[in-house]
Formats: sequence, structure tokens, C-alpha cells
Amino acid sequence: MGPFFALTKLVAPNPTVRIVALVGNPNSGKTTIFNALTGERRDTGNRPGVTVECVEGRALARRAPAPRVAAASALPARGLGREPRDEIIVVDLPAAYDFDGHSEDQAVARDYLLSGRAGAVLNVVDAMNLERNLYLTIRLLEAGLPLVVALNRIDQVRALGLSPDSEALSLGLGGVPVVQTVALTGEGLEEALAAAAGLADGQAGPAFRVDYGSGLEAEGHLPAMAAKRFELAARLARGCLGPARSTVPGRPRATDLVDRVVTHRYGGVAILLAVMWAVFKFTFSVGTPLITLVSRLLSVAGRLVESLAETAGAPDLVRSFVVDGLMAGMGSVLVFLPLVFALFLALAVLEETGYMARASCVSDRFMRALGLGGKAFIPLVLGFGCNVPAILAARTLENRRDRLATILVSPFISCSGRLPVYTLFAGAFFGARQGLVVFSVYLLGVVMAAAMAKLVTARVMPGESADFLMELPSYRWPSWRGVLRQAWGQAWMFIRKAGTIIAAGVVVMWVLGSLPWGVAYASRDSLLGRLGAAVAVVLRPAGLGNWETGAALVFGFVAKEFVVAALGLVHGAGAQALPALLAAHFTPLTALSFMVLVLLYSPCLATVAAIRKETGSWKWPALAAGYSLVLGLGMATAVYQLGRVLGMAG
Amino acid sequence: MIGVGEAVGRQDILCLSDLAAGRQAVVVAVTGGRGATARLLALGLAPGRCVRVVKNDRFGPVILATDSGSTRLAVGRGLALKIRLIEEAD
Repeated sequence: MGPFFALTKLVAPNPTVRIVALVGNPNSGKTTIFNALTGERRDTGNRPGVTVECVEGRALARRAPAPRVAAASALPARGLGREPRDEIIVVDLPAAYDFDGHSEDQAVARDYLLSGRAGAVLNVVDAMNLERNLYLTIRLLEAGLPLVVALNRIDQVRALGLSPDSEALSLGLGGVPVVQTVALTGEGLEEALAAAAGLADGQAGPAFRVDYGSGLEAEGHLPAMAAKRFELAARLARGCLGPARSTVPGRPRATDLVDRVVTHRYGGVAILLAVMWAVFKFTFSVGTPLITLVSRLLSVAGRLVESLAETAGAPDLVRSFVVDGLMAGMGSVLVFLPLVFALFLALAVLEETGYMARASCVSDRFMRALGLGGKAFIPLVLGFGCNVPAILAARTLENRRDRLATILVSPFISCSGRLPVYTLFAGAFFGARQGLVVFSVYLLGVVMAAAMAKLVTARVMPGESADFLMELPSYRWPSWRGVLRQAWGQAWMFIRKAGTIIAAGVVVMWVLGSLPWGVAYASRDSLLGRLGAAVAVVLRPAGLGNWETGAALVFGFVAKEFVVAALGLVHGAGAQALPALLAAHFTPLTALSFMVLVLLYSPCLATVAAIRKETGSWKWPALAAGYSLVLGLGMATAVYQLGRVLGMAG
Repeated sequence: MIGVGEAVGRQDILCLSDLAAGRQAVVVAVTGGRGATARLLALGLAPGRCVRVVKNDRFGPVILATDSGSTRLAVGRGLALKIRLIEEAD
């Protein structure tokens, strides 16, 4: 994901288009239903908190049958076999267990529902865990929302030999329409949407009240009220699934054994470290060999374009811009696509299996020592892919202090955009030890994030981190289609970024490199050279005093991927020739110092924008950009000076 | 805070953090601040609900099975202190 990561805006209320909001417990299949209805491809995952914002899509709803029959005689035939359909806006809300908005993502869902923008609410209920899911349904009805219940995963319930009685449930809920659905096959979804769209036409929800009894004890006493609601939920579930079967048989106890092992106080930590190492190992052993392949493909494409330009008789300036500028710049980034894809593949597998929630649980102890809680672990791991979704995922944290601290330290987690820089430099300078070097850079990022978390939570925002509480989803085998689709979606962002932001940056660099008129392209005297030289002044203590490096780092602020593209441009080399050319400008020590700087210095523009959006002020993004710049320069200088003292060639 | 606990009579009321793995119990009260209480209740840890302890090593979060075994919850140690239960025979 990158700067185009959807920061979806909600359209203004439009009376002519009806809005149906999707609400449900985590892992109820809500987002799968959203994707099926709208044809969108939102990420689903096997843990609470995958959807953290309101996401809109459009769907066509069949007109609800009842009004259509009544109106049929008055209307001329619309063509045989074609039912009239209405465009509906479907909004996927962050999942919630109740209606109280304990964290930012849940507050987003609650506020949206209370705003009255949605004409109807489609409550997705997991029939495999009916009692607990009905608690939310009861809360929604108590709030007076016009509701349709989608009784999802009904196939799994039927497979157990049960025949769910949705009419009994509907009756028990005061006449709310209940539709049996299977999100994965699409069964019942059309009907559910039509029912919701029918409500959106203005039929109010049925009046619904829970009998809390007359005792003073119940009124306003949260536990007693919750107990009453759960009693009702259990009764309703029994009425739907049959006597004494309020919930279907539980998980096999074998998964409990797995849970005990992966969350073991020592063993669990060892497994966590092993898993992270495996993600890293997988990324490089699968991605690296493919880089050569992509590099060959790109150079073939480059030659093809060059010969095309020649035969077309394009002027030298245009030809050199297209081939040495655009093709070389985009190519030097795109060549790392296999690596990025492999990384996202590994992260998607982690998401799908259900391990992430366990990792979060096992990390709680040491995350608490850093002043955060185990819940902050998930956003930070997502940061290895891209820092922007990591910052959004911090919405799932219950208190503002935890959320702010997580947002502030997450840019130190090395994202996929920085990976090309390490791979390029480690490959060019460290030969057989390149894996170790790249791993050390990642580790440094984690250590810096931990140290800053400790510092920020102890000095800047003292207070208690929210206690850990999380549902552990069922383990499941990752569906390869799902994993590939998710990884490809994110890899596509990377490609799109190369084609848009990087391409635009190349144009800007090209212009700066060619001005003032008559100067040798990308020379020290060009505007680009002067800019780079100005920046290089502060880089000198870190051993990076040449203008080319300065220029590359300035552009790296826009997007970290751009650092390699910029180096390619200023050195006038494509992906293949770049490593050899770098040898003339860097030593192993300055390469190390450069990697440390790229790891730590100011987050990219998209990350800064995300911090601004999530914190609602410029103070935090400015702080994040400022302190990481200082820290990056300081650490790079330390590495360089220490290396010199130890006798490495500067 | 008085919950359904009063009706319990002379049976011992335990803290979730003291309940060993494998034990089953019924929640009788949820104490603590409004925010923490509401979070626990929303996840189904309300008076009258049955739980089975899957893991409690007195170190990390307690893992519970609820909803007749179809849900697993990880409850941090701070919150585990706020849940009062009475043990049930298997």
C-alpha cells in the first residue's frame, strides 16, 4: 500500500440514493458480504479490527417484493425477465461487539449509525456463534435502528444437522426481517440487500425493548443490564437453532493445545521470533532470485522503447528523457516488485491463519514494559508492509495515549518502500553477508521503535496502557486465492506508485537536472546538483557528503522507494548498472550509514499525511518528521564515526 | 459492587486470575471502572455467563473459552482481576 491507500471519504447524504450500513461482530463475514454485494475487493482477515474506517461501495438491489406486487398492475411491463433494480450505497462499518465505541474504530461505527445517514442497517450475524452475535443485534434494536438481520454462515449450521428457524428469530426480535445467508457463495445476499433497501424506503424499525425487570438494581447497572440482554440472546438463539442448542458445538480442544503452546510465556516468544524470522527469510529467498528475472525483462523493454524511439525519429532530448529518465527511474523501483510481493504474501498468510491475534497476546507482556499494550503489536507488524495502514490500524487501540504513541513510533518500522534501498546497497557492498546486514537494519528499526515508545510513554504521555482484551479467532488454513489476492492488491499499489508518484518525481528531477539551460544533465551545476549539495552539508558527518546522495534523500522524502530511482537518475544508470556505479560513490561503511539514514529519517509524505489525518493536528506529524530526521542523522553519523574509529575505510 | 453474586450463598467467589486451566465457572460480577466493565460485558463476560479457562500461567493474558466453547478470549491480567466467578463442577 502507498500514498494511494484509500482514505475513503464519505459522500454527502443524498436523498435519491439509499444507504445501507453493514454492521456486525468481528469475523462475522461482514466485509466478505460487502465485497460480494459491491464487487469491491476490501481486505478481509482472520482477526478483529481489519476494517477500521467506513468504506463505501455501490450495489444494485432488487426491489423488495411486496411493494412491487402492489404496483405491478399500474406500471407498464418493463421487459420480460428483468426486474427493476435500484442503486444502493453500501457502507462497511468497522466491526463492533456493542454500541459503546470503546476505541476509535468502534466510535466511527457508532457515530455513523447515530448520524442517521444510513436508511437501513444490515446486521451480519454469525449463526455459528449466534448467542454472542445477537447481543449486538439487541443493542442496535434498542437504539431504534431500522434493521435487517443476515443470518450468515448458515451452511455450516445446516451441515451440523440443524435447521435454523429464522421466522422464530424474526418474531423474537419484534418482526425484524431475518435472511439466511452464506457470504462465501452469495446465497441469500440479494434477498438481504433487497430487504434492507425496502426498509430504507422509510419503514421504521419495530419498537423493541428489553425487559430489565423493575428492580432498581437493573436500571443503569451495566453488568445487570448486560446479563439480561445475554439471557434474551440465549433464549432467541435457542428458539432459532432448537432447544439446548443456543450455540453450535465449540471448537475442538486440540486448538486449545495450540493456543497454550503459541502463547506460552517462553515458548510463545520463541515462536513469535521464529515466525518473524521466517517472514523475513521467505521474503528474501523467494523474492531475490526473481529480481534478476524482472531486471532482464525491464532492460529488454528499455531497449525496445529505445529502438522504437530511434525508428520513429524522436529528438535526442525526448529519447533520453524517456529511456534514461522515465524507464530507468521507474525500472529501478519496479525491479524490486518480487521482493515486495513476497513480503506481502507472507504477511497475508499470517493474517489469514489467525496467528496475529495470538502474537498480539504473547507480546502483551513486553509491549507493556515499553508502555504500550499487546494490541499495539498488530499495527506495528502491519508497518513492515506500509506505515500508512499501520497508522490507521492504531484506531483499534482503546485509549488515546496508546494510539498516539503507536502512531509516533510506527514510522521506524521498516516498510516495503525502504526494502529496495537495503537490497541494492547490501547486494552491492556486502556480498555473502547481505542477508545479515539487511536483517540488522530491520532490527535497528524495531529497537528504535521500542526505545522511542518507552521514551514517549514515560516522558511525553505518562499514564496507563489499556488492559489487554481480545477475541482469538479460529485458526484456519489460509485460502491461497485469498492470500494471493490480498498480496497482489498491495503489490499493485506498489506498481501504481511507480507509475504515478515515481514517474512524476522523475519528471521533476529531470527538469531540475536540466536547468539552467545549457548545463550538462544531472551535473553538479544543475539545479538538482545545487539542491543536493546544499543538503549534503549536513550529511558530511555521516560520510555522505556528495550531492548525488543529498539529492536522492530529498526525493526520498516524497516516497522512500524513490531513493533508488533518484540514485539511478543522478548516476545516469538503470537497474542493472546501478550497483557497479554505486561502488564509485560509496564504501561499505558509507553504504551502512546511508541505509541507517534511509531507515530512520523523516517518514514519507503519505505517512505524514496519515499522521495528520489520524491525530487531527499538525503538531504530531511535525514532531514525527522532526525527531526522526534528527535521530536518523545522529544514528548515521554515529555509525560512520564509529566505523572509522574501528578502522573501516570511510 | 453487588451483582448476581448475592444469590450465590456460601460458595466461594473467585477472581478470574486465580482460576487454573481446565476449570469451569460462572461469572457473578464484573467490577472496575465503567470503561473496563463495558469492554468486558461487550465480549460476553457478563453475570450468568459460563466460561472455561484454557490457559492461565499467572504471567500473560488469561485465555478463556466462552459461548459453549465457540469463542476464545484473551483477557489481560489487569482485567482478569475484575471478573468474579464461582466454580462449577465439570
